[in-house]
Amino acid sequence: MLTAEERQEIEVELSHYPTKQAVCIDAMKIVQRHRGWVSDESIRDIGELLEMSAGDLDGIATFYNLIFRRPVGKHVIMLCDSVSCWIMGYERMRAHLTERLGIQMGETTPDNRFTLLPIVCLGDCSHAPALLVDNELHGDLDPAKIDTLLEGCE
Amino acid sequence: MGTIYIDGKASEADPKQNLLHACLSLGLNLPYFCWHPAMGSVGACRQCAVKQFKDAQDTRGRLVMACMTPAAPDTRISLQDPEAVAFRAGIIEGMMLNHPHDCPVCDEGGECHLQDMTVMTGHDYRRSRFPKRTFHDQYLGPFVYHQMNRCIQCYRCVRFYRNYAGEDDLNAFGISNEVFFGREQDGVLKSEFAGNLVEVCPTGVFTDRTLRRHYTRKWDLRMAPSICGHCSLGCNTTMGERYGLLRRVVNRFNSEVNGYFLCDRGRYGYEFVNSEQRIRAAQINGAPTSVTEAKRRLSSLVAGGQQLIGIGSPRASIESNYALRRLVGKDRFFCGVSDGEWERTRAMVEILQAGPARSASLRDVELSDAVLILGEDVTNSAPRMALSVRQSLRQQSFETTQKLRVPLWMDDAVREIAQAKRSPLFIAAAGATRLDDVATATYKAAPEDIARLGFAVAHEIDAKAPEVPDLSGEMRELAATIATALTGAKHPLVIAGPSCRSISVIESAANVARALCDNGHSAALSLIAPACNSFGLALLGARPMSEALAAVQDHGDATLIVLENDLYRQLPAKLVDGYLAKAAHLIVLDQLGNGTTAKAELLLPAGTFAESDGTLVSNEGRAQRFFQVFVPEDGIKESWRWLGDQSWSSLDDVLSEIGTEIPRLASVIGAAPLSSFRIAGAKIPREPHRYSGRTSITANISVVEPKPPDDPDSSLSYSMEGASIQPPAALQPFFWAPGWNSIQAVNKFQSEIGEALRGGVPGVRLFETSTGGGYFDGIPNPFTRRTQEWLLLPIEHIFGSEELSAHASSIAELVTEPYLALNPADAAGFLAEGKPTVVEVAFGGLKQRVPLKVLAELPSGLAGIPAGLTALCGEELPAWCRIERAS
Amino acid sequence: MPTEKPLTQSIPAGGEALSLQGYERLGGYQGLRRALQMTPKQVQEEVTNSGLRGRGGAGFPTGMKWSFTPMGADAPRPKYVVANADEMEPGTFKDRYLMEGNPHQLIEGLILAGFAIEADVAFIFIRGEYKLSQERLARAITEAYSAGYLGRNILSSDYALEMYLHVSAGRYMCGEETGLLNALEGKRANPRAKPPFPQVSGLWGKPTIVNNVETLANVPHILEKGAKWFQGLSLTKDAGTKLYGASGKVKRPGLWELPMGTTIREILEEHAGGMRDGVRFRGVLPGGASTDFLVEEHLDVAMDYTSVQKAGSRLGTGTMIVLDDQTCPVGITANLTHFFAQESCGWCTPCWSGLKWATKILDAIEDGQGRPGDLDKLSYLSTFWSPGHTFCALAPGAAEPVQSALKFFRDDFERHIHEKRCSWRS
Ligand SMILES: Cc1cc2nc3c(=O)[nH]c(=O)nc-3n(C[C@H](O)[C@H](O)[C@H](O)COP(=O)(O)O)c2cc1C
Ligand code: SF4
Ligand code: FES
Repeated sequence: MLTAEERQEIEVELSHYPTKQAVCIDAMKIVQRHRGWVSDESIRDIGELLEMSAGDLDGIATFYNLIFRRPVGKHVIMLCDSVSCWIMGYERMRAHLTERLGIQMGETTPDNRFTLLPIVCLGDCSHAPALLVDNELHGDLDPAKIDTLLEGCE
Repeated sequence: MGTIYIDGKASEADPKQNLLHACLSLGLNLPYFCWHPAMGSVGACRQCAVKQFKDAQDTRGRLVMACMTPAAPDTRISLQDPEAVAFRAGIIEGMMLNHPHDCPVCDEGGECHLQDMTVMTGHDYRRSRFPKRTFHDQYLGPFVYHQMNRCIQCYRCVRFYRNYAGEDDLNAFGISNEVFFGREQDGVLKSEFAGNLVEVCPTGVFTDRTLRRHYTRKWDLRMAPSICGHCSLGCNTTMGERYGLLRRVVNRFNSEVNGYFLCDRGRYGYEFVNSEQRIRAAQINGAPTSVTEAKRRLSSLVAGGQQLIGIGSPRASIESNYALRRLVGKDRFFCGVSDGEWERTRAMVEILQAGPARSASLRDVELSDAVLILGEDVTNSAPRMALSVRQSLRQQSFETTQKLRVPLWMDDAVREIAQAKRSPLFIAAAGATRLDDVATATYKAAPEDIARLGFAVAHEIDAKAPEVPDLSGEMRELAATIATALTGAKHPLVIAGPSCRSISVIESAANVARALCDNGHSAALSLIAPACNSFGLALLGARPMSEALAAVQDHGDATLIVLENDLYRQLPAKLVDGYLAKAAHLIVLDQLGNGTTAKAELLLPAGTFAESDGTLVSNEGRAQRFFQVFVPEDGIKESWRWLGDQSWSSLDDVLSEIGTEIPRLASVIGAAPLSSFRIAGAKIPREPHRYSGRTSITANISVVEPKPPDDPDSSLSYSMEGASIQPPAALQPFFWAPGWNSIQAVNKFQSEIGEALRGGVPGVRLFETSTGGGYFDGIPNPFTRRTQEWLLLPIEHIFGSEELSAHASSIAELVTEPYLALNPADAAGFLAEGKPTVVEVAFGGLKQRVPLKVLAELPSGLAGIPAGLTALCGEELPAWCRIERAS
Repeated sequence: MPTEKPLTQSIPAGGEALSLQGYERLGGYQGLRRALQMTPKQVQEEVTNSGLRGRGGAGFPTGMKWSFTPMGADAPRPKYVVANADEMEPGTFKDRYLMEGNPHQLIEGLILAGFAIEADVAFIFIRGEYKLSQERLARAITEAYSAGYLGRNILSSDYALEMYLHVSAGRYMCGEETGLLNALEGKRANPRAKPPFPQVSGLWGKPTIVNNVETLANVPHILEKGAKWFQGLSLTKDAGTKLYGASGKVKRPGLWELPMGTTIREILEEHAGGMRDGVRFRGVLPGGASTDFLVEEHLDVAMDYTSVQKAGSRLGTGTMIVLDDQTCPVGITANLTHFFAQESCGWCTPCWSGLKWATKILDAIEDGQGRPGDLDKLSYLSTFWSPGHTFCALAPGAAEPVQSALKFFRDDFERHIHEKRCSWRS
């Protein structure tokens, strides 16, 4: 069941577009903002609201990068793996993160605190390497800065 | 037509088409994947690349996708240009990077478009040393088998399933080189046309799940042209047999009828031929007997001086019905269906023959731009037609497309331009229909009110058409809307049929069509018949069944001969019991055991479509011939052979006799060439060139290769040798051409892609328009519901309602349980808290217990039971019934 | 001579966004006021005359693009304008800077584009990761509505425009203009066939124009100060200023607004401060990941559309990625190709299949598993992705770094295969 709040946010989006389908990506993101990810049940609920099949929605969800169809940890870390960051030390940052967190890219820590994902160029190339923690951008990374960032996450 | 230059040679091409279409129409071998003749171009696979030159001076040129480039006059292209050749080979290489090299164990092997194209481009060496990607395969239901690793991402499956067939549970998931085509979760595909995926997919991702159970390569199949007998549309099919088992049915292209696609009932219904219920040997009083003994008994019963009474069948061929009629005499030949059905069928034939509207072919349906459906859920009563209706919805948007000068074959662009714009479609039915989602408006009502709406529409169009008394404002408004839509269209179409069991509905449809025609619109009318040869039987002529009982009774010692007809499905059981009890002798010819065969004194095994030759008349009025694909080993024979005994030596004899005896059927003989037809002195082989094991097929019995069976009835032979050029279309046993082993070889048999086969359009049309006749005026009173009673109506189901296909094991898996449906408000009174409710339906002294089903779209006051699926299926409906909660 | 920097000079230094009042004070929305006195056609002409070319990568003349839109009473409605703020080209970070620093400049540009084609609805299609830009734009849109720049009767004229921020769910393909349209319609962002061009049949089948953020940011200034002035900003015949950037191992990576046609050398040496100590310049991707490498010999090439093209690459987004001698050219090519392969929408075969194959070959070479013949396969693949061979420009973009790396750094590739290792990874 979508919450009243989720529903309302989706309704607002609906007023901006001529078709219901146009809102489907927003709808999935709204649900994700509230729940961290988009479950099969949410897919069906959204489908009902927007008159789309679960398959339609999932076909769309799996096209895009930022819709999570599996649960993620409390904090989502997205490390840029594109060219400028790669030049400036992406591999070292990745090694540091995977070691610190004890997980590989694409995984979630057993305590569900962190999920570590790769991401394409964050447009912070002049401060490479860069990453997002819970959608906040951090550049000019080095292992020490990463440690501070991780410590800042409860 | 314009001139284009291909590799320096001037050729004619249709400028409204694209270059791929043009090249294929010219018979050139240009490989492709994502393009499909019925689905247009999207430019995804990049396989059809050719070099295009600006003008005669340009020698460099550039690669273009033939399918995405118009065949504009003076276009200059090269197929043989080295860069184009190399690029096409590169595309195949790209696909084969991931495609498993599993042809030997793949069901598609030997008729795989990917295989063909790989050979065509000359790609034969794997340059990649890296592993392939793999996928999970899904369970998709009893019809379609899924093997995703073989996918080449051409997107045809989803384009067919979603855009063409309008269903939404097949999707593309993910991106890059790991796009997955399947369902969100394992499960039965919802579309009634899912089986077409087997042919639409150019490789072995979607294959025929029923074929898998008794697998045979295409090259090992003996094949013959057939006509689907599972509804009245007469779709053309190809049957394939090996070792006496019918292995599968595939689509046989007919530009006027089914085009490239079949419904799943038609594709998978074939398995009834192999059913355990088959009557394979003659029986006398239930005990198997020899053919000789059966014949002896037959002739003694027939010649015994007793009165003969023949009961014909709407699912038997014209020839078989005729043979019976001839044997018993035309006054003692009865139609085998209820009086109601007989009256409706004859009315439909009369309307189509004598009315001003053209009897619509499925192609006409597809090209209409406004449709009114009265009283039918076509997806369930004449399934393939639903697919054509869906295409018709695009017609009006094509105007905008043309204004923007976007060619119609640019599929995605055309759909994008159309958006949600659809040609008008109005559906009046006694419940939900599978086309409701795309209808402009629907009207759910009892048959009387559906008819009244039809009559009202006719009157709106033409004031001379009778006016409907006591018309509600609401209905008048709806009628006006419909009338405006129909008169505003270039090719309006009215569809009706017998599902409501109401002749008024049919007459009201005739009035709408007449009103349109009389007012200068080129309207078409499509009337759905109850069974595959209902119209043939009506044209042949027979007496109504109500007179049969008297006839049986008049002669206490009558011999009743029932032809391919389970009377218990046609008439109330009590009545049938009466007939059968009164007759002194009962002879039954049929294919599957049923209530009627169980009572036969003499039971004769009749050939199915796979084992016999004959002619059916479709709902369009198209007489089409089906041919046997194999001669059964046992005593199974065509009914007309059993009944004609020695009078005829071949089917031709039957047909020419029909021609003389029944002038209105004289042209039926022309549905296919005579059996004497030869191509350069040779017959047409049912077996492809590569048919293997001919000399060893019976080697376990004898090492001597048996002589192939004779076939006196057709110009098809039981061998691999024979005519090698294209036969007349009605005799096309399979589509196969050098380099084209898949079904897509059909390209090579058309002079213009997507248009009629070079050998003509199979069949002859028996109905032509006429200017006679007038309006019907039997307008019924409005339906009034009763307080304690419900009007019981049958509800058609694609899977189950038709007798023979219901015996196919794959279809049987999808047949619904019997039920009684009520709308939610009506059902409320019967529903038990939280558990399934069983009710008892009573009418005319009958009682039946069935689970209650709530159907939101069913109008209040109506009750529905699945057609053909309960013991009540022979009762004349609609009937007022009482309903009680069963204890 | 102090150069004019219309796009960036008013962006506050401290990382704050320029407020509406600040923007207005510095001449903001004057272009719009002026335009509202003109006819839409005149606005189109002004932009055409200015010589403004698209800053999204392809360099298509902006005024000309607008002029293809059906106009007048018979034109299909509603019409749409879209700001392409999906900036995801690796190495590119110019649009984010403009949106964070001066959101109203983009909004005004978008309103002007809307007015020029008589659009009814405007969307800013922004990538999901640009959170700060989203917040600032959302606020600015609200402000613009309150100030009468959006909605009905804009500045008491007859013109009406609704504007919405659309946040993407992430894919490089969403930046491709027709992929973007599909994404906006809530579909998989596969590209669409052209023709029909979006100007004729775009969003929901209606006329639509799509422009890059930087392109649109120029428009208010052109309308305020005129086409002549805009032409004068440039050093070469491609008009205006350009946001140039540099990333990689330069001393001062960053972003600078400079006259169009500034040389690579000037940007890298003067503005970016030259290479870091201890590393040497080896090459540069002049305009993002999908452009050909240029090398030392090209340093004096002027960064404008024509000159860079002549040198064998593309101006692209104008944000340079510098390759130094301590970074493996095979590795960087593999990294770039991975990006494109991963972002391929999966529609056309050369792209979805060929790019994946290329990544496997490049990885193998980098891992010391390369084989003779691998380079031939790579150069073959880079022609396989030529424009016109694929459905959209993604794969042709991917071809550029590969083919130029093979040209300029071939020795490195061969050494990898020969020595069966990457010498940058000891
Ligand atoms: C794969 C691909 C990605 C693209 N991404 C962007 C992008 O993120 N932002 C952008 O402005 N243009 C992008 N473009 C270019 C757009 O297709 C389009 O040309 C541009 O938005 C037009 O705006 P302009 O004329 O103002 O440059 C991309 C093109 C391709 C082929
Ligand atoms: S080049 Fe082809 S597969 Fe690649 S992104 Fe474009 S359309 Fe999709
Ligand atoms: S058939 Fe032309 S691109 Fe696929």
